[in-house]
Formats: sequence, C-alpha cells, structure tokens
Amino acid sequence: MTRTLLSRLLQAVPTLAGVVVIVFVLVRVVPGNPIAMMLPPGASQADFDHLKALYGLDKSIPVQFLIWLRHAAIGDFGNSISMRSGVLGLVISRLPATLELAALAGAIAIVLGVLAAVAGARWRGRWPEAAIDAVTGFAQAVPDFIWALAAILVLGVLVPVLPISGRSDPSISLNYATQFQLIESVLRFDGHAFIDLMRHMILPALALALPFTAIITRVLKISLKEELTQDYVLLARVKGFGEWRVIVREALRNAAIPTATLTGVQLTFLIGGTVLIERIFSYPGIGNLAIDAVINRDLPMIQGLVLVFALMFIAINLMLDLVTVALNPRLSHG
Amino acid sequence: MVDAAMQGPVIGQPLLRLAGNGRVLIGGTVLGLLLLASIAAPWLAPFDPLDQDLAAQLQRPAWGGHLLGTDSLGRDVLSRLIYGSRIALEVAVLAAIPTAILGTALGLVAGYFGGLADAVISRLVDVWTSFPPVLLSIILVALIGTGLTSVIVAIIVIDWTRFCRVVRAETLKQRHMDYIDAAVVAGLQPLAILSREIWPNIAPLVLVLLTLEMGIAVIVEAILSFVGLSISTDAPSWGGMIAEGRQVVHQAPWIMSAPLLALLATVLALNLLGDGLKAELDPVLK
Repeated sequence: MTRTLLSRLLQAVPTLAGVVVIVFVLVRVVPGNPIAMMLPPGASQADFDHLKALYGLDKSIPVQFLIWLRHAAIGDFGNSISMRSGVLGLVISRLPATLELAALAGAIAIVLGVLAAVAGARWRGRWPEAAIDAVTGFAQAVPDFIWALAAILVLGVLVPVLPISGRSDPSISLNYATQFQLIESVLRFDGHAFIDLMRHMILPALALALPFTAIITRVLKISLKEELTQDYVLLARVKGFGEWRVIVREALRNAAIPTATLTGVQLTFLIGGTVLIERIFSYPGIGNLAIDAVINRDLPMIQGLVLVFALMFIAINLMLDLVTVALNPRLSHG
Repeated sequence: MVDAAMQGPVIGQPLLRLAGNGRVLIGGTVLGLLLLASIAAPWLAPFDPLDQDLAAQLQRPAWGGHLLGTDSLGRDVLSRLIYGSRIALEVAVLAAIPTAILGTALGLVAGYFGGLADAVISRLVDVWTSFPPVLLSIILVALIGTGLTSVIVAIIVIDWTRFCRVVRAETLKQRHMDYIDAAVVAGLQPLAILSREIWPNIAPLVLVLLTLEMGIAVIVEAILSFVGLSISTDAPSWGGMIAEGRQVVHQAPWIMSAPLLALLATVLALNLLGDGLKAELDPVLK
C-alpha cells in the first residue's frame, strides 16, 4: 500500500516538472509584453529597460528559469506584476476560499448523488427512477456556466433570497486568524458568521456540484443495479432483509468502488470549474485571481497558479487512490 | 431517367425518417431559426447593435420601443441578441468542423495502424483529457492572445480528443471485421480502406459527435467572452452581453436573461439533435 502510494508520488514528479517548464517557456515566448502594460503612456525606453531588469525579464529563458527555480526552492515565487505584491502571499491568502468552496461542492455532490442513486435503485423500473434519469440527463446537458447564471437570476434577483457576490457580507467584519473562514466560524461557534458564509457559498457550490452530482448518480445507479443481481444480494434477501437494507448495507459498498474510480477524474474538473464559477459569483478565490492574472499577463502569478493547480490535481489523484483502497480491502494486501 | 427516379426516394426517405423523430425535429427547428436570425440579422434587428444612446440607458423592455430593453450603454438588447447569433454560429461551425477532422483523422490512424502510432496518440489523449477543459482553454487563450480566432484555435486544440477516442475505438472494432480482411486481400491500400470502407461506417457516429461539439463550442466561446478573453466587448456576443448584464443584474435583469435563454436554447437544441441522430443512425440502438 505504502509502496503504491510512493510510486504514485514519484510518477507525479516528472508530470509536475513538465507542466512547470512548458508553462514557463510558453508565457515567455508568446507575444504580449507585460512590462509595456505596466508603464504609463509616454514612458521612456530607459524606464522600460529598468523595469524589465527589475523583473529579470532581460535575461535568457534558461537563465530566468534557473533563477525562478532557485527562488521557488525557498518559497519565493516572485512578485505579482499587476498587484505589486508577493505571489506566494497572495495565493496563500486566496487558496482557502477556493478549497472550502470546492470541498462544499464535492460534499453536496456526493450526498445528493448517493441519495439519488440509492432512491433510483430502490424504485428501479418505476416512475421515481425515470424522474431521476430525466433530471440527471437535463443537469448534464446544461453546462455549469448556464446553471450558475440561472441561479443568479432566479434566486438572487427574481426571488432575492441569497447573495450573489463575494464571500461574506461587508457589514460583518471577520477578524479571523486564518482564511479558512467557514471552518474557523464552526470552531469558534460563530453562528452568525457561519450562516452568512454559507449563504454566500451555497449558490456557487450548487452550480459546481450539479454536473458532478449527475455523473455520480448515473454511474452509481448502474453499478447498484448490477450488484443487486449478484448472489450475495440474493443471500441477503433469503435471510429476509428488506430492500432498503439490501441496497444500503450490502450493495452500496461494492457499487461504490467502480463509482469512485469512474467519477474521480471529475473531481479535478470540479477544481478546474472553480475558476469560472468564482468569476461568475465574484468569489475571492484563486480562480478569480487566475483570470485576472491571465487578463493582465501577470507572468509570475500565472506561473505560481499553474503550479498550485497542478499540485491540487496530483493531491486529488493520490486521495482517490487512498479512497479506492479504503473501499476495497482486497487491494490493501497487494 | 430510371436512375434518377430510383435515387429520389433513396435520398429522400432517410431525411423524412429523421424529420419524423421528435428530437431531431425540435432541435433542427431551433437551429433553423437561429440560422435564419443570423442570416437575416440586418433586416430583423430593429436597431444597430453597436449604436450607443447614453440618454436611453438600462431601459425596461417595452412594446413599440426597445422590445428587450437597452443595456448600460443604451444599446438595443434585441438587436445585439440577433447579431450575437452570428458569432455563436460562426464558432459552432468554424471550431467544431476542424475539431472533428483532426480528431477523426488521428482516431482512424490510431485505430487502424495500431502499434507505435496508437501508443503515441492514445497517450496524448490521456494526458490531454486529464486537465479540466475550461481551465485549459483559459490558459491557452492567455498564451496565444485573446480574440475569436484564438478561441476557435483553443477549442480545436483541446476538443479533438472527444472525436479521437470514439473514432479510434470504432475503427479498432471495424478493423477486425471480415470485410476489411477482404479489402486487404483485394489489394486495397490502407488509405483507400480507411476512406472507402471504414469511413462510411463511422461517419454517422462522427456526425452525432459533431452536433454535440457545436454545442460545446458555443458554450466555450460564451464563457471566454464572459471572462473577457474572446471577441472585444463592443461586439455583440452572447457571452459578452451576459458579462455586462451580470454587472447590473439587480437594476436590469433583462440584459442578462435574453442571451442566457438564447444560449440555453441553442445548447439544448444541439443536444436534442445529437441524441435524436444517435437514436436514428445507430443500428444497435434501433
């Protein structure tokens, strides 16, 4: 088990290195000069050269890379060109917002998906299953971009019950020690802040969760129905267990294994989806930061964020390996 | 004469049959209307889509005046919506067709020749699809610069895998059928086998994927317009209109609603059409 994980970690290193090098080179060879964008109109060539040297952009690309690597090794990812502040500090202050949003969306998707799949398997072949199929089909056909904007129109404007921008109400000043505001509000028993944070997070989280929920429902329902034809299920029925118990206590665990492997990759799509959803809801996470960096051609920031996203994808894949093993004890002795 | 008489119904019948499928009919009708709107835009649009009228900002939808209201620069929302269909259709066609050609070609090569070609192409597909497409498209457009052409290039570069994966699997299946062996024995060159024997069998599948890809392309363009990485904000694109409407959604929700509904209708129509075509063209499903 430990060996599998270690080898997975080692496999991730070249991928990570490849991504970092490719992005580093690409952002430097493509047209569009970030220095020119920083200077006011009418700046002299000397100003231009000075600023270029300040950000180290006057050296050759391999030299720039070595310098970047040396600094990155001690946690210095340079300064953001557009925000005039350290990349690492900016990313660290924004990352918790994204992680909390993605975790909430993931949790919603898993809970709703499992509930819908179990209900669909329980009433298979009857109208509840048909209804669940229709809803999941529709949820998948409509992209999260449209879901998010529709949610803003319906629940933010038409029936204004939820806020549609930001992470918390400006009137609430959160003097928290960390940026994991939701977690900290729970630990501090700060009900007022918790409710406000949740009210801001629920729409973006639902929009992120919806496509993922639909996929979990579909895959898990198919595996559940397959498991229900197996001998051990027959045995459980012979013992006199009811349909609910057979599904939840017997079939669910086995059906969860293929579902985890088949839908796991969607978790990385969920992280990727935060970029757009944060933009739509003006949510202050790293996704919003990434789009600003791209629009401003903020090289150090793009570079740092690509590294963070790559690290998150690797972490998710490792986590999925762990979950698969945890669900299937036969693998842990391999 | 006889030939022509024979051919008429042969071509006409499948079309009639397709029109009899409800999903194809609805999807096709919506798309037909869209096509009509984009062609007839100069006659249909009551105002110039770029005409600003700062005295008439954020006007409510009203009969006789601006049917769908005006935006924050006083431009007519309905006219922008109608002209926006041009950008949507342009991307749908110009992005989806090259994507289909590239993906299909690589899928055919991988599936038919196998070996090293298959190993390289399949590995490439695996790496490609392990990144979230929206994130990848934003990074790509950031690299190659903003604009409609960049958006189209990004869609082609990212989405060819959708075709490649399916076409490869199908070609692999066909490759082991007797009629291919017969063609090989008959001395046909690989290129001839691929184009004359295998392609007709996978063409319906590619057509279905193409329909779905058009929907994806329209959405991707809208997303990139929304975040400000596609066509300039002056141009009437649905995504750009949504981004503008989002800013003033509390005062003027109609600005965002109209392009959002148009986008939804387009994507659902393409999905319906794809599903309907799949059901009609797939001999297994019939």
